[in-house]
Amino acid sequence: MRVMVFIKATEESEKGLAPTPEALEAFAAMDAFTEELVKAGVFVAAAGLKPSAEGKRIAFEGARRTVIDGPFAEARELIAGFSIWEVKDMDEAIAWARRCPNPSPGRSEIEIRPFFEASDLEGFVTPEELATPRDGMRGKLGVA
Amino acid sequence: MIADKTQTQSNTHRAIEATFRIERARLIAGLARMVRNIDRAEELAQDALVAALAEWPQSGIPENPGAWLMTTGKRRAIDAIRQGKMRERKHAEIAQELDEASDDATRAIEAAMDDDLGDELLGLIFTACHPVLSPDARAALTLRVVGGLTTDEIARAFLSSEATIAQRIVRAKKTIAKAGLTFEVPRGLERAARLSSALEVIYLIFNEAYAATAGDDLVRPPLAMEALRLGRMLAGLTPEDAEVFGLLALMEIQASRLQARIGPGGALLTLIEQDRARWDHLLIRRGLDALARAEALAEKSGVSDGPYALQAAIAACHARARKAADTDWPRIAALYDRLRAVAPSPVVDLNRAIAHSMAFGPEAGLQLADEIADAAALRNYAPLPAARGDFLFRAGRLAEARAEFKAAAALTRNMRERAFLLSRADACDCER
Repeated sequence: MRVMVFIKATEESEKGLAPTPEALEAFAAMDAFTEELVKAGVFVAAAGLKPSAEGKRIAFEGARRTVIDGPFAEARELIAGFSIWEVKDMDEAIAWARRCPNPSPGRSEIEIRPFFEASDLEGFVTPEELATPRDGMRGKLGVA
Repeated sequence: MIADKTQTQSNTHRAIEATFRIERARLIAGLARMVRNIDRAEELAQDALVAALAEWPQSGIPENPGAWLMTTGKRRAIDAIRQGKMRERKHAEIAQELDEASDDATRAIEAAMDDDLGDELLGLIFTACHPVLSPDARAALTLRVVGGLTTDEIARAFLSSEATIAQRIVRAKKTIAKAGLTFEVPRGLERAARLSSALEVIYLIFNEAYAATAGDDLVRPPLAMEALRLGRMLAGLTPEDAEVFGLLALMEIQASRLQARIGPGGALLTLIEQDRARWDHLLIRRGLDALARAEALAEKSGVSDGPYALQAAIAACHARARKAADTDWPRIAALYDRLRAVAPSPVVDLNRAIAHSMAFGPEAGLQLADEIADAAALRNYAPLPAARGDFLFRAGRLAEARAEFKAAAALTRNMRERAFLLSRADACDCER
C-alpha cells in the first residue's frame, strides 16, 4: 500500500531554513533516514515545503474564489514536508515513522495517511468507462 | 528508549512484529553469513523475535532494534554451539572467534550495521539467486528470505500449492548447503554474472505478476509490487550498476500501467486500449529517472546500454506519449534494432517488425516478418499471424489479411483474443 507521510509544521519550521549547525545536523540525520528508506525499497518520493508565509490559500464558496495570503496561524495544522512510501501495511509504516529523526527541536508530529486505491473508487468509475477503447481498434499485437 | 505505556499489549506486539519485519532480511543475511546455513539463520532470527516479544514490552523498542536483534541472534548461535547442538568443527571455530569479541559484541555489531549490512544483504540476495538453483527455486527462495513472504503467499502468487513451494524452498536450501556457498558478495566478473542472475530472478517474479492471465489479477499486483520493491532494494545496494537501474526503470514504467491494463471482468487491455490518464505518473516519473541514471552510468563506464535499459527506453517512449497516436515509433524501431543486437530473440524480432510497421508503414513490417517466418520458436505463435494480418490489412491486401487473422484465431487459447481476431477477419470482408 502507498502512504503519504506528512511532517507537520512547527513554529520553528515556519521560520524558514537557516544553515545553523543544529539545522545542518538535523538535515544530515533526515538524509541518512531517507537513505535507509531507499535501501529498503520503501521510499517513493519526498519533498520539503517552504513556510506558509510563502503560501496562498484559495477559499471556495459557491462561485466565489478568494485568495488568502500566508502566513497562516496554527503551525501544527500546517504541512512542512511530505514523503510517499510503499509499505505492506500500516504497522510497517508506523515502524518506519518511529525511526524518523525528530523533525523539529520541540514537540512535533508526523501524520500517515493511506492513498485511496482503485478498489476504493469502484463506485466512481463505471465498468463501461473502463471498457471503452481509447484510441482506435488496433491492439492485441503485443507491442511492449 | 521509547516506552509507550498507553499502548495495549496487542498493539505492542504488532509494533514489535512490524519492526522485526523491517529487519528480517538483514538479520537473516547477517546470521546466514555467520552460520552458513539459511535454515539455521531463519531459526535464529525467529529466536531473536521471541526474545524481543518477551523483553521489549517492558523495556520499550530499543533505539537500534536491528543491532539488538542481530546481537541476540548471534548470542543464540554461540549458545547453541556451546551446548553442542552443532558439533561440526567449523562451527566451533566460529564460536571461539566470536567468544573472543563477545564483550563488546553489541558495539561491534552496531558499528558493522552501517558498513557491512548492505553488503551482507546483497550477499544473501546473490546466494538466493545463485545459478546453481533453478529459476523457479531462486524466485521462491528470494521471496521467502529477502521479501519475507510466507510459503502460502508465494504459493498463491505462483498459482501453486503450499506443499510444492515449501518443498522447492527446502530443496533450494539443501542445494545451497551442499554447494558450500559462503553468502559473500563476489568480485569482478563473478559479481557481474551473479548480479545478472539476481536481475533475472527479480524480472521473472515481476513478469509472473505482470504477464498474468485475466482471472488471477486480484492476487498478482501485490507480487508485482514485491518485485518492484526488490528492484528498488537492489538499486539502493548497488548504486553504480547501470543494468540494475535499467531493470528498475523497466519495472517502474510497466508497474505504472498495472491499474490501467485491467478492464471490466479482469480482462487485460493492451497499451493502445488503455486510458492513459489512469497510468501512475509517479511511477512513470521514477522510471524515467531510473532510466536516465542507467544511461548515465553506462556512458560513464563506457559500455553500451544493456537489454533492460533498452527495454526500459522502449517502455519510456510509450510512457511519454499522452495519446497512443503521439508515440514516437521511429525511435522505438531504432531501439528494437539495438535490442535485437544485444538480446536476440524471435519475440524481439516480431516486436521489431511491428515497431517498423508503425514507423515506416506496413510494407516495412511485412518485410521483417517474412525474415522470421521460419523461426521455430514462432511456429504456432498467434501474435505472428496476428501482426502479419494487421500489416496486410493496412496495406489493403484484405483477402490475405483475412487468412492471417483466421490462422491467428485458430492458434490462440485465449477466448477473448480469439473473438477479437475473428472480428478483425470479419472486418476484412466488410471492406471488400
